[in-house]
Amino acid sequence: MHRLSRRRGLAVALAFALAAGSVAARDVTLLNVSYDPTRELYQEVNAAFAQAWKTKTGDNVSVKASHGGSGKQARAIIDGLEADVATLALAHDIDEIAARAQLLPADWQQRLPHRSTPYTSTAIFLVRKGNPKAIRDWGDLIRPGLSVITANPKTSGGARWNYLAAYGWALRQPGGTDASARDYIAKLYRNVPVLDSGARGSTVTFAKRDIGDVLLAWENEAHLALKEFGADKFDIVYPPTSILAEPPVALIDKVADKHGTRAVAHGYLEFLYTPEAQAIAARHHYRPIDPQVAARYAAQFPKLALFTIDEAFGGWAKAQKTHFADGGVFDQIYTKH
Amino acid sequence: MSTATTAAFGATACERLRTAERPAPGAPTATPRSGGPLARALQRRHSVLPGFDLALGITLLYLGVIVLIPLSAAFLKTFSMTWPAFRDAVTAPRVLAAYRLTFGASLAAALVNAAFGLVVTWVLVRYRFAGRRLVDALIDLPFALPTAVAGIALTALYAEHGWIGRALGTLGIKVAYTPLGVFVALTFIGLPFVVRTLQPVLEDVARDVEEAAATLGASRLQTFARVILPSLAPALLTGFALAFARALGEYGSVIFIAGNLPMVSEIAPLLIVAKLEQYDYAGATAIAVVLLVASFSLLLAINGLQAWARKRQGH
Repeated sequence: MHRLSRRRGLAVALAFALAAGSVAARDVTLLNVSYDPTRELYQEVNAAFAQAWKTKTGDNVSVKASHGGSGKQARAIIDGLEADVATLALAHDIDEIAARAQLLPADWQQRLPHRSTPYTSTAIFLVRKGNPKAIRDWGDLIRPGLSVITANPKTSGGARWNYLAAYGWALRQPGGTDASARDYIAKLYRNVPVLDSGARGSTVTFAKRDIGDVLLAWENEAHLALKEFGADKFDIVYPPTSILAEPPVALIDKVADKHGTRAVAHGYLEFLYTPEAQAIAARHHYRPIDPQVAARYAAQFPKLALFTIDEAFGGWAKAQKTHFADGGVFDQIYTKH
Repeated sequence: MSTATTAAFGATACERLRTAERPAPGAPTATPRSGGPLARALQRRHSVLPGFDLALGITLLYLGVIVLIPLSAAFLKTFSMTWPAFRDAVTAPRVLAAYRLTFGASLAAALVNAAFGLVVTWVLVRYRFAGRRLVDALIDLPFALPTAVAGIALTALYAEHGWIGRALGTLGIKVAYTPLGVFVALTFIGLPFVVRTLQPVLEDVARDVEEAAATLGASRLQTFARVILPSLAPALLTGFALAFARALGEYGSVIFIAGNLPMVSEIAPLLIVAKLEQYDYAGATAIAVVLLVASFSLLLAINGLQAWARKRQGH
């Protein structure tokens, strides 16, 4: 990390020195505080943006990225990490930054297109090669004796999307009620032998430790696992229905104003919606929201019926309170028998 | 030897030994443990290191900045909670289960380390063998290794398909992702504390004292139980206490091998992280405060036990 940023710093300094002779180019640094699996995505996006911004304004911008569990990153911003922009796993985490530290207005999600979500994802299954347990849909996950790997939704943003996808599926079954969905989700988590604290941790448990028959994963994380651990070992299974995971982005107004970086930070977020950045997202297995780019990469993203958190749960605030707060539905799985 | 003479040996030999004994290691040689104000004043005047007042000042400031202020911040945070909220936060079934696991596994690991740490130290100090230096250096590894690395390595070994896990699996024993895994990780990180506190003390225990015991007719067991162990006891207790305290707060290595299932294999430090993840700062510190108070009382009790052991030894 250090070496990388130093090298990048050197490159910027060199570019600056070369440019200084002719044009008075400004040197700007942005900090993008993001969640865990976006590492590879933002590496590419940041380089592309630096180039685009240079062409547009002549300024040299270097975007630094910080990665970690979404909740942990939000807490770091609340506690004073000076992020110009936040690109997190779920809207609830940015809501908390707005509510607790008042660093951005509460209606932040209305400021950018598509509820401030430049790319989406979904929760899918990663199974052992050849799918020996014939896992096709959410209903299969509660079969007795099956071993399901997912992270702890109390500590992992990705795991929260998994949980909500499963619960939402149960709700939408014929005759599905809250009672039947709770019953389903309890059975599902009885099949979970390990609850890692983060999504990347459960990927390792499944892929490297050979634990479990199926891993519930972000779509992009599943593809990354195939790439990292070998496509000959696993298969990706798309259930017919899942949740539309919306990882949002936001400008952290107070920090950007303090740094004097509002224009470039806003430009960075808008850049995420350009066809160029959308294509980068698609290549990293995030679903682009730009219809043209989406059409171009359609083969890569199998069609499945996606429901939103607002449709199924009435928004993040409500879902968080009902399911993941202390004493909520998730806790009851383990305390009530 | 008849039982009568054994008992007689116990009383007399030990008396005789004590009179001839060098000051026990670990026990300060000249400083009286207690004394009136005059004795203390005298001692201060004759102190080797000058500037007691300055040194005490630095001590208090240092302890204050490094230890007390962060800890009081934790306590202060809990004051933002009402008493019933605090009580509910720390007595929820899930929290209680986590406390049971954390304290139980830490205690078991520290006990095992005390026993085996003693054996390891004994071998390292008393015997010369090829590769002794290497073994000696190995002891420090759990200190130096980032705890996450330890956790990942242990998990890889003890998981269903790991080297050890596979062998144990055939016996029907599951270690990784069970409370047993927590115990294994805590044992791993605790070992150096016991060995490194015992080592210098054992090195100082005079061999001639053992030989004297033998010439006075003590059996090997008697020499061990009545001559060696008493002089090691305070250091052994310190090592035990350090290993125990370290285990209570351990997060990095345990988190990988524990499985983290609520009510089963979830440790208290993980619950603190989970609470933080919900922005429940007060709830997190409430759990931490209970952990803190419990470990402080335990350490205090162990200190008391140590003082008692020293007194019983006659220092």
